[in-house]
Amino acid sequence: MTEEVPIVQMRGISIEFPGVKALDDVEFRLFPGEVHALMGENGAGKSTLIKALTGVYRIDSGAIVVAGQERRFGGTGDAQDAGISTVYQEVNLAPNLSIGENVMLGHEVRGPFGVDWRATHRAATEALARLGLDRLDTRRPLSTLSIAMQQLVAISRAMAIRAKVLILDEPTSSLDAAEVEGLFRVMRTLRDQGVAILFVSHFLDQIYAISDRLTVLRNGRYEGEYLTRDLDRHALISKMIGKDLDALKSLGGNRRTAPRASDEKPLLSASGIARRGSVEPTDLDIRPGEVVGFAGLLGSGRTELARLLYGADRPDAGEMSLRGRSVDIASPADGLAERIAFSTENRRDEGIVGDLTVRENIILAVQAERGWARPIPRRERDALVAKYIAELNVRPADPNRLIKNLSGGNQQKVLLGRWLATRPDLLILDEPTRGIDVGAKAEIQEAVAALAEEGVAVVFISSELEEVVRLSERIVVLKDHEKIGEIQNGPDVTAQEIVDIIAAHGTDAAAATLDDAPGAVPETITATTAEEGAR
Amino acid sequence: MNNATAVWRDLIHKPFFWGIIAIVALLVLNVLKDPGYLAVSINPNNGNLVGNVIDILRQAAPIMMIAIGMSLVIATAGIDLSVGSMMAVAGAVSMEFLSGPGATGTAGAAFTAVGLSLLVTAALGAVNGVLVAYVGLQPFIATLVLMLAGRGIAKVITGGQNTAASNESYRWIANGYVLGIPVVFILALAIVIAVAWVVRRSALGLMIEAIGINPKASRMAGIKPKGLLLTAYILSGVLAGVAGVMSVGSVMTVDISRTGYQLELDAILAVVIGGASLMGGKFSLSGAFVGALLIATLDKTVLFLGVSSSATPAFKALVIIVICLLQSDRVRAWFRRRRSAVTTTRVDAQKKEVAA
Repeated sequence: MTEEVPIVQMRGISIEFPGVKALDDVEFRLFPGEVHALMGENGAGKSTLIKALTGVYRIDSGAIVVAGQERRFGGTGDAQDAGISTVYQEVNLAPNLSIGENVMLGHEVRGPFGVDWRATHRAATEALARLGLDRLDTRRPLSTLSIAMQQLVAISRAMAIRAKVLILDEPTSSLDAAEVEGLFRVMRTLRDQGVAILFVSHFLDQIYAISDRLTVLRNGRYEGEYLTRDLDRHALISKMIGKDLDALKSLGGNRRTAPRASDEKPLLSASGIARRGSVEPTDLDIRPGEVVGFAGLLGSGRTELARLLYGADRPDAGEMSLRGRSVDIASPADGLAERIAFSTENRRDEGIVGDLTVRENIILAVQAERGWARPIPRRERDALVAKYIAELNVRPADPNRLIKNLSGGNQQKVLLGRWLATRPDLLILDEPTRGIDVGAKAEIQEAVAALAEEGVAVVFISSELEEVVRLSERIVVLKDHEKIGEIQNGPDVTAQEIVDIIAAHGTDAAAATLDDAPGAVPETITATTAEEGAR
Repeated sequence: MNNATAVWRDLIHKPFFWGIIAIVALLVLNVLKDPGYLAVSINPNNGNLVGNVIDILRQAAPIMMIAIGMSLVIATAGIDLSVGSMMAVAGAVSMEFLSGPGATGTAGAAFTAVGLSLLVTAALGAVNGVLVAYVGLQPFIATLVLMLAGRGIAKVITGGQNTAASNESYRWIANGYVLGIPVVFILALAIVIAVAWVVRRSALGLMIEAIGINPKASRMAGIKPKGLLLTAYILSGVLAGVAGVMSVGSVMTVDISRTGYQLELDAILAVVIGGASLMGGKFSLSGAFVGALLIATLDKTVLFLGVSSSATPAFKALVIIVICLLQSDRVRAWFRRRRSAVTTTRVDAQKKEVAA
């Protein structure tokens, strides 16, 4: 990786959207045989830069040089012809087709009588073998694979068309640790074969594990390009957020560790609540002002349990009481009426209403509770919206912008504002920090701590165990749709301890990650049994 | 100058901009054939306005009614195919009541007839709403049932006759004038404004849009979609009833097979011309209003130009396709790209000149 010629060079790239300069004079280089991380907060322009490179967006000024040739991309097809392939955050494959068909779609081997399927599958097998996936049966439907494996199939699809540049936009956001390791193995293999890889992830550990070089963007501007080994985490984060990271550091100390008096009245008390196929009978107490973490692997039932508390799914057994009164919460509207709020992990499908504005998205839940006949008075509404935009630092701070045009982290903040506006007594946050940058993460964690201080009970669910440990007062551990333990947090509790509890419970630890989840749960867990993924 | 451009740009992005342009273009076409087409004169006997434009307003009224209802239903990502048939049902109820033995020629009888008609169509709308919201049928199928069955119901009501009746007050709704302006149009305008006011002043519009855009997220935000869907379909039914009253009132006869025939398609077109997407979500009542006006203008123009009746559908289709193309984001983007390509080459050329 000495002074070679970059395969991709972007110079002085600017892209303007109505009202915003999304990219302003940005530089980017990508060398063959390297993994290059693109870093920046949400809204820094990472996605925009990637879309410029893949031909989704047209650049307003600047130049894109691929393999020594200046290119003007009129569409994604042009970028692909130039050898640039992308694997998106959400896998863009056809789940009903076979693995081989997905790999070769559009590039099937043709014989004298149309498509030669045998040769096509052979070619697919070869492409998969390049990534060390030669054990896959290319004739099985893609939908039988886990999300992680589908992602690898998407990568082999990119490689089947002999891409020289591979773009991986947040490929790890819904993978567990073993799956991430598998992905990294494949990435290293490809790197050693001379492929240039552009990698985006919000997990700093992953950046340091895999990348050779990184480019930092901030607010649509180029901050600099560094060798990963030359830049420590602290320096990197400072460059991303443009200031020192005191906010994050101060967070660790404020969790409450002393056990509460056992006679304190719980806000919510559930006994034996269950739903067939997703939650085994569970007992649970949540007290006012308490942060309860739900820890468990993907598909352990942590989301499903939370959905029962809110009424997103209806429990078919068990009792629940709130403030000492027995309640039947059968729908989200019931949950809201009981001052429970639930922020979903599935932001796009169950969270935002994309074509509505930020303002409308913030007031939606409050308005739903009041009913359509009693609109929120304009002044009150504007005050509410202004308050949460400012408090949660939503960027851009424009209530009239459609929420679908905001970055993921800012959408998340708007949704958090929506739930806070309902003044809940119990706030359930399912993966509130997934796929968002450190700065926004710190802001959301701070908000959670502040809420608990005000007496709001919070259920905090996250795949990042460190985060759960840092914020929670008590941690409920789940596995296989079942609560397997509960620990009072303390100075000596670590993420490792929770992992140990999960691993020690039962014997087949691997099965938990790839549990055959029921149909009712969001896509991230519907990954079915794929033994390949676990090994 | 800059300000003027901004206003212009704002206007051009209004969903109904191209509808207005099309109305103007059609009127110009008519004027070319007959320079006096737009003339509005005052009838010396009763002081009423007469003229082609007035006729257009009169004709547009029933279409406006069903287009407004359709707007709300389409915003929920549904569709109501039964409005045309419901118009016939409303007409049948009115005519049967007014021709019945108990009916007198009084305003009270007219009032009762209208009330009964709206009650029946509200009930039919509720059937649609229940099928969609509670039974979970696809709106297309649910309302198709009533589209087909509605004319049967109307036939049962009138006993298979095309019932006629006479009641001056009822007739006045369709043919009367207030201050020289047709009552139907005033009524239609008032109802459009009232519905728009209710929808936008309350949170009804916001919630209907929310469930149309993302039903799952709306449910998670605590919105109860069933009541809203039911409301939208009932409203559509009632407005179809109003349209039915308007359309039978002018001839005081209900023609079971012709009253409101295929008007559901006109309503859908009006909504689409108004800039709404059939996928649901954002809607514009002013857009639907303009759309309904355009369709009435178009119908009138076709007659006036003497387009042969066999070519009428094709002519109508042509106009509508052109408008939809002009509204399409893709087509607009294509135009913009061409324009900017032209200007950049020009700038490039200038630069070269300067450099030279």
